[in-house]
Amino acid sequence: MSSSVPSELTTVAEEVGAPVGAPTPARRVIATLRSSPPVLLSVAFIVLVVLLAILAPLITAISGWGPYTFDKSAVDSDLGGVPIGNLGGISAEHWFGVEPGNGRDIFARIAFGAQVSLSIAVSATIVTTVLGVVLGMLAGFYGGWVDQVVSRVMDFLMAFPSLIFMIALLSALPAGNRPVLLVVVLSLFGWPYTARVVRGQAMSLRTSEFVESARASGAGGIRIVFREILPNLRGTIIVLATLAVPGYIGTEAGLSFLGVGVTPPTPSWGQMIATAVGWYAVDPMYFLIPGTFLFLTVLSFTVLGDRLRKALDSGDAAS
Amino acid sequence: MTLYLLRRIASAIGILLLISLFTYAIFFLLSPDPAVQICGKTCTPDRIDQIRAQLGLDQPFWQQYLEFIRGIVMGRSYGEGASAVSCAAPCLGFSFQTNESVMDMITARFPVTATVAIGAAVLWLLVGVSGGLLSAVKQGTGWDRGAMMVALAGISLPNYFLALLLQYVLVVQLQILPFPQAVPFAEDPVRWFQNYLMPWIVLALGYASMYARLVRSNVIDTLGENFMRTARAKGLPAPLILRRHALRPALTPVVTLFGMDFAGLLGGALITETVFGLNGVGKLAADSIAKNDQPVIMGVTLLAAFFVVIGNVVVDVAYTFLDPRVRVKSA
Repeated sequence: MSSSVPSELTTVAEEVGAPVGAPTPARRVIATLRSSPPVLLSVAFIVLVVLLAILAPLITAISGWGPYTFDKSAVDSDLGGVPIGNLGGISAEHWFGVEPGNGRDIFARIAFGAQVSLSIAVSATIVTTVLGVVLGMLAGFYGGWVDQVVSRVMDFLMAFPSLIFMIALLSALPAGNRPVLLVVVLSLFGWPYTARVVRGQAMSLRTSEFVESARASGAGGIRIVFREILPNLRGTIIVLATLAVPGYIGTEAGLSFLGVGVTPPTPSWGQMIATAVGWYAVDPMYFLIPGTFLFLTVLSFTVLGDRLRKALDSGDAAS
Repeated sequence: MTLYLLRRIASAIGILLLISLFTYAIFFLLSPDPAVQICGKTCTPDRIDQIRAQLGLDQPFWQQYLEFIRGIVMGRSYGEGASAVSCAAPCLGFSFQTNESVMDMITARFPVTATVAIGAAVLWLLVGVSGGLLSAVKQGTGWDRGAMMVALAGISLPNYFLALLLQYVLVVQLQILPFPQAVPFAEDPVRWFQNYLMPWIVLALGYASMYARLVRSNVIDTLGENFMRTARAKGLPAPLILRRHALRPALTPVVTLFGMDFAGLLGGALITETVFGLNGVGKLAADSIAKNDQPVIMGVTLLAAFFVVIGNVVVDVAYTFLDPRVRVKSA
């Protein structure tokens, strides 16, 4: 699944940077973003985490400790399994220290956890973006009964107490393939938020002149939707997708924290924080490391999406 | 207006019915047989059948669902004859684990959740709205930039991580606060306040950050409107302009958002209550999910959906009072 991580990022980059040549809105946006230190820091951190996720097997081969290897020599069994050494057992051997109790290497679990978190969040983002854009465009463009049906389904899903329901659903479902289940459940409740925005924009584009002219030249409805409306929504879609990723990372971590997400021994950041709850007073590094990674990843995507939106909004050619 | 209200309520009830059906169907289809679960290890097939009949689990799905809905509206009784257990409306059934009435379980724990929710809401409105206003007035200054950076961080901080951070810093390291422990208000108000302080902060931070950002951008937008220029041209002092002309249009969307967010708090309270071990409805949901106690899960899910749907109606109605433009349209 990790292969979906770079492809998503490169497609976004390509879409933004595609028109080379004359000063285009896309180039202006990129220039604005490039001059902003918070954006550069965010992008740098995202790249770091993505690399960590992709290269996890390689890096842990170098560090010498896999995510499932117990190291009883790194914890003090006389003190109930507290890591030996300061700062949760950080050493040349274990870069981020070890888990109290069984001595698993935290760095390895962070790296493999990044793989799990990112691939779930990015997959859910792709699914909800495709669903939300297609359904939102159809509802906004065609109106009438199509809009009625899509809008009622959206109302219904958005009225759902989604967190409680996701937890209940995930705990009732048989174990199966947890990451896939998580993507399905996250997508089910996530797409209306994209669709609602896209629907509104499609409605206002429906009466625009270029749609009229396309219609006059004999283009059919579906063709207009995908050839005329879709390209104009590009900016909105990129922003929505960028801001959806941190939402799903957070929700996935939350679900794993509550014990209904990714099942042990597969590492996940939320689940690491959950196991750290019992140790927070004696070994704070155990919750600080995964918590900080989670926080900075969510923050980086949020900053990037936020600045992207501002840059797109500030110009008149918002697409 | 009355017609509009009736239509809104009708659609709200429709959505609630759909949600209950959906939830009921999923648990009906996915969960292991509750009768086996209740019966425990020393169980005979006869006993299982008996429990099934008592709970109405031998009925087909539709009948069970209709019974469930009927129980909510007019109450129902389980079993027949002398062993019948009656359950007054609104009846959500009995816990498979403790045999307590689900309604009683929820009402017993509701005050804790209400305390967490109301305290957090007060905190986030105070901090969010005033922070946003200050940022808007001082737009572009260091304060504004700093506050907005903090707000972005606040949105991104997962609340269970914040909970652990606060506990570690305030309780373990600095020892400013005692370890959280449920103490009723009447017994020791100070201890009660200390106990709820961290849950309030944890639940409020994300919302406060969101509201600060929203209020800031709304106030800035409003300050650029034509009627603001008129007010300034009249020679009104800036604070008066802000108070009398800018706040109302800028804060109306906040009311809408607040209604929805407050109504949806039961979901957010789940993590907060679980982390701090507060015995509220959210923790009840988490515990019942862990034990697969279907009637309780059903009850809490429906309650949460009920709040969201009612919150939507209240917001729509409140909007017609707050925003004159909507009032004209709907009349």
